Amino acid sequence: MPVSAASSRQLYEGLKACGVRLLSVLPETWLVHLVALAEADPEMTLVRLAKEEEGVGVSVGAHLAGVRSAMLMQNHGLLASVNGIVSLAQLYRVPLLMLVSYRGGFGEEHPWQTEGGAVTEDLLRALRIPYLLLARADQVAARLREAQALAEASLRPVALLLCRELMWEE
Amino acid sequence: MLRLEAMRAIYPLLAERVVVTNMGAAPAELFSLGHRPGFFYVEHSMGLASSVALGIALARPELTVVALDGDGSVLMNLGTFTTLARHRPPNLLHVVFDNEVLLSVGRSFTTATATGSDLAAIAAAAGVPRTGTYRTPESFAAACTAALTAAELAVLVAKVEPTGPASYLIDLHLLENRFQFERHLKGERR
Repeated sequence: MPVSAASSRQLYEGLKACGVRLLSVLPETWLVHLVALAEADPEMTLVRLAKEEEGVGVSVGAHLAGVRSAMLMQNHGLLASVNGIVSLAQLYRVPLLMLVSYRGGFGEEHPWQTEGGAVTEDLLRALRIPYLLLARADQVAARLREAQALAEASLRPVALLLCRELMWEE
Repeated sequence: MLRLEAMRAIYPLLAERVVVTNMGAAPAELFSLGHRPGFFYVEHSMGLASSVALGIALARPELTVVALDGDGSVLMNLGTFTTLARHRPPNLLHVVFDNEVLLSVGRSFTTATATGSDLAAIAAAAGVPRTGTYRTPESFAAACTAALTAAELAVLVAKVEPTGPASYLIDLHLLENRFQFERHLKGERR
């Protein structure tokens, strides 16, 4: 599978370095290696969800309980999580580190990904969620650290969009 | 039975535990019985009280967490039963007060439990090991005690009347509640 194993490992090691010990996840193709790494790691609690919005609740609970967490999902999962993000994470000022695979952009071959791809950044701006595009493996560790620092300082959600250049090897 | 009666019957079980509620009547009534720093009221974001409780239960296995939910809320996130069953935290009790209506918008707005949807049966079919439906405060409290004693994931449904408090506002701002709760959980760390 052309999902980048090297970038997935960088992302996973970056999350571990940030102290993340719980991942709430709804897998998609680009995230398979990341999920497998979490599954194989006895230090990580992997919470498999039925729908992404549950992950907002799980991560909020983990944060209040003193455990660092992150959400792993596709951008369509972000769309499915909006009320939880607004009415739980933002309303209650809880930091939420969201790693979102950015499907539906340039190079996308699946028609069903394209509408979500087209609205992802506008949605994040509308929700006032700070975000950065993550396209290069050598930036992963630093961007994760910075995203978590901002989430914890602002007590708000922060998103990193995992781009095709990072996650996919043609 | 009244939700307040059901809640009063289990209040001694809640007082020293971690409690996460849904919005509306349940937090107002629990607050009226006596607020504790281990009580967290998830106002709004319907359906996520049990998800928050799951996050706490998995993050802190040494704590016992009780989620107090409603039929309208849980119907917005039925997948939560499958997620709870999949992870099966032994330190989580999920209570659903089922009054068969969306009470805050009026008694005429019935939920699907009014037309036969059985939340305990749905939870059981999702794989939750311990489930039940109760119609008296005594039987409900006994079932809660048994679930907590057994240390086994449970979804227990209390059938209650569609009545609630005069006001849903409580004299504790949600951010005050949130920071107090987080600090309390930090203090509970062993």
